[in-house]
Amino acid sequence: MTAEAIHPGIAPGSLDQPLAELAGISKAYPGVLANDAIDLVVEPGRIHALLGENGAGKSTLVKILYGLLSADSGTLRWQGADVTIDSPNTARRLGIAMVFQHFSLFDSLTVLENIALGMGVDADTDLATRIEDVSTRYGLPLDASRSVFELSVGERQRIEIVRCLLQDPKLLVMDEPTSVLTPAEVEQLFVTLRRLASEGVAILYISHKLEEIRVLCDTATILRSGRVVATASPADESAASLATLMMGENAPNGSSLAVSAPSSQGRSSLLRVNDLEVPASSSDAQSLSGITLSLVAGTITGIAGVAGNGQDELLAVLTGELTLSGLGKIRMGDTDVGELGVAQRRRLGLSAVPEERLGHGAVPNMSLSENAALTGFTRRGLARGGWLRTGAARHFAQEIIDRFDVRCDGPQSLAGSLSGGNLQKFVVGREVLQAPSVLVVSQPTWGVDAGAAAAIHAALRELANTGSAVLVISQDLDELMQLTDWLGALCAGRLSRFYPTASLDVQQVGLLMGGANALEGMESRA
Amino acid sequence: MSVILERRPTPSGLMGWLAPVLALVMTVAASVLLFLLLGLPAGAALHAFFIEPVSSRYGLAELAVKAAPLIMIGVALSIGFRAQVFNIGAEGQLILGGIAGGAVALALYPVNGWFVLPLMALAGIAGGMGWAAIPALLKTRFGANEILTSLMLTYVAVLLLSYMVTGPLRDPDGFNFPESRLFQSSALLPRILSGTRLHIGFPIAIAIALIGWVFLSRTLLGFALRINGEAPRAARFAGFNSGRLVWVALLIGGGVSGLAGLFEVAGPIGQLLPNISPGYGFTAIIVAFLGRLHPVGVVFAGLVMALSYLGGEAAQITMNLPVAVTGVFQGMLLFFLLAADVLINYRLRWSGKTRSITSSQP
Repeated sequence: MTAEAIHPGIAPGSLDQPLAELAGISKAYPGVLANDAIDLVVEPGRIHALLGENGAGKSTLVKILYGLLSADSGTLRWQGADVTIDSPNTARRLGIAMVFQHFSLFDSLTVLENIALGMGVDADTDLATRIEDVSTRYGLPLDASRSVFELSVGERQRIEIVRCLLQDPKLLVMDEPTSVLTPAEVEQLFVTLRRLASEGVAILYISHKLEEIRVLCDTATILRSGRVVATASPADESAASLATLMMGENAPNGSSLAVSAPSSQGRSSLLRVNDLEVPASSSDAQSLSGITLSLVAGTITGIAGVAGNGQDELLAVLTGELTLSGLGKIRMGDTDVGELGVAQRRRLGLSAVPEERLGHGAVPNMSLSENAALTGFTRRGLARGGWLRTGAARHFAQEIIDRFDVRCDGPQSLAGSLSGGNLQKFVVGREVLQAPSVLVVSQPTWGVDAGAAAAIHAALRELANTGSAVLVISQDLDELMQLTDWLGALCAGRLSRFYPTASLDVQQVGLLMGGANALEGMESRA
Repeated sequence: MSVILERRPTPSGLMGWLAPVLALVMTVAASVLLFLLLGLPAGAALHAFFIEPVSSRYGLAELAVKAAPLIMIGVALSIGFRAQVFNIGAEGQLILGGIAGGAVALALYPVNGWFVLPLMALAGIAGGMGWAAIPALLKTRFGANEILTSLMLTYVAVLLLSYMVTGPLRDPDGFNFPESRLFQSSALLPRILSGTRLHIGFPIAIAIALIGWVFLSRTLLGFALRINGEAPRAARFAGFNSGRLVWVALLIGGGVSGLAGLFEVAGPIGQLLPNISPGYGFTAIIVAFLGRLHPVGVVFAGLVMALSYLGGEAAQITMNLPVAVTGVFQGMLLFFLLAADVLINYRLRWSGKTRSITSSQP
């Protein structure tokens, strides 16, 4: 970290009195300190970024500011006076408005009716005129008479913004506003936000997207593990230096370029994805574009990325839960599997562990025997001639329990009664013991204790050592750095190039996660 | 002193089976209250409703006659409900089975032979399946809700039966009465207890319950249906085609309902009439849930609901009660069952302090 990178306190330049001053805000949840003595000063007319990884405490902080949560300790000053914000109503009266990541709109009502409901006023022509005024003034085109279900996600967000603006806010809080927008909609939003700032409105902008913050924000407060680690002027920083601030420096730096790629000579690619495009299946799904990927026998490939950037969609399209129409995109060896369903791909040797254990990877209200048969019926012969071989399923479940040290009362225990770590060991064990040639694992150790995580990592490595190809999709950078041979990142549905993990540092992975497609001067492959 | 409804950490398995018993007890208690309000001697009314119908050999046989279609359809619907496929139109599928099977008998008239009944049974199954195929197609092709489509088709089926018995299938020697001719003897179900109307439909219903049990617990398809109901995403993950499961669930429900309809026209009725079912297809929905969607439970639930039909008739005769008493009884049973089901996920806690009812979310 260079000295220039950090600007303690707010850069001088604004003569105005601070709008909001948060001092020593702390908030603890059982087992985690979400906010640890956070100081934050928001000035009028500035776009202020709140930057941090998932779980850094950004959302907790703004929820305290908006009155949705109460802080354990700390003070809040608004325009120089001490205030207590005990509810969103109080916050709105003070002039604080918030646009949430998830909208609260009624699909079957019109834009006008939705706004009227949110403000508690009548849906009359007066309101319609005001909506039109605000929307033309700030470049937020919106037809007040249309029903919400007809609108795109971007248009829905505009409703929320207009609803806030109608209340003449002094501070507008935006929680990850661009995560649902197309690039063109992002541009338009930025124009609106700059216009608002020029009129003196303060904007608190929550994001982990570094490039956005660099072009948009005047000031950035960076949180890590619930603490303010730096305050910076984003325009003076590079995306790389912001990434370092955001993620810390617990990784080797960029001098390790000399590390050679893991040997993949003479090894075959077991699964190949070639320039795959998948349109978004619903308004809250992410589209995938330009996905090119090759999984080599005996290696573990990792895909980093913040959740919601297309991980679920990628998993679905690889496993066959989402089948493609058309050939030439996904091949296993010589077989084109794009149009094959889950069971057919599994028969060819492609297994998967989805992120969600309960309800996706396992059925909570069924026994471990039945859950063993859930995927085992194809590759372990647990069904024959249409009959379920319940005895064989019980033996397979017992084998998983023994080999993976799953703590439970035996194969008849309900999957839902197991702890997260034990159920994950069971699900991973179920797939590993079927000896797949390709295993795709999403968030393998999410919500799992350290012991179980180590056991799962060991199982994945062992599977790769037997000649299988393993793909790990994860948000956990430590896990990826430790476990994988090759590493790339998924951002907004686009997959970066892949680099030998040993040659990367956390900062570079951060760049890839923030949307960089390739790193300069480094050996890579698609 | 107040009662607090408190969420259980895990659903109670015991309550799952106790709830129907509790519901039955409360229904009887409410019936007593109802009889008292009507100024009737409660003891005698209960005797007429619950005891008298089954206190003779003939009465027991009648119970089985009424229980047979309820059990058959209840089992088939349970299989669908377990897969979260809500076929509410079993009544219509029953009617189509009756029409199709009856039409075969009338087409063959006056031919007698061993093959007549099997042909009728096949036609009945096909009729019910065909009627259930419409909601299946609409659901899988257009995403139309099967609850609505199957229910609405029931009313179409009722009108179709009216048309058939007043038109193409009317008895040519029947003085324009809206009914078909009486079936030839080999088109009638064999009776298995002399002096009663008990026919082979009842043992077949029991067999269907056993087959349904084995199907759900031991076959891959039954397994797939159960997973689809418990966790649809897990079913997709396992590789089960959800569209195919919708077809399977509806065709099973339709086929068995159709067979039940054929058993009605070839059994107790012996001809086609404008009205061949006192709502068995709808009552079977209550039977399925009362039996906890388990084929063995459905057998008992079917017998209980059959008793409500007999008790209603008996109460009409001996107590001068209106026929609606059967519907009231069935409605109360479903009502109390749904109420008692709350106790699967919640428990009652008696609190000394006066407090409002609270429920904690998980």
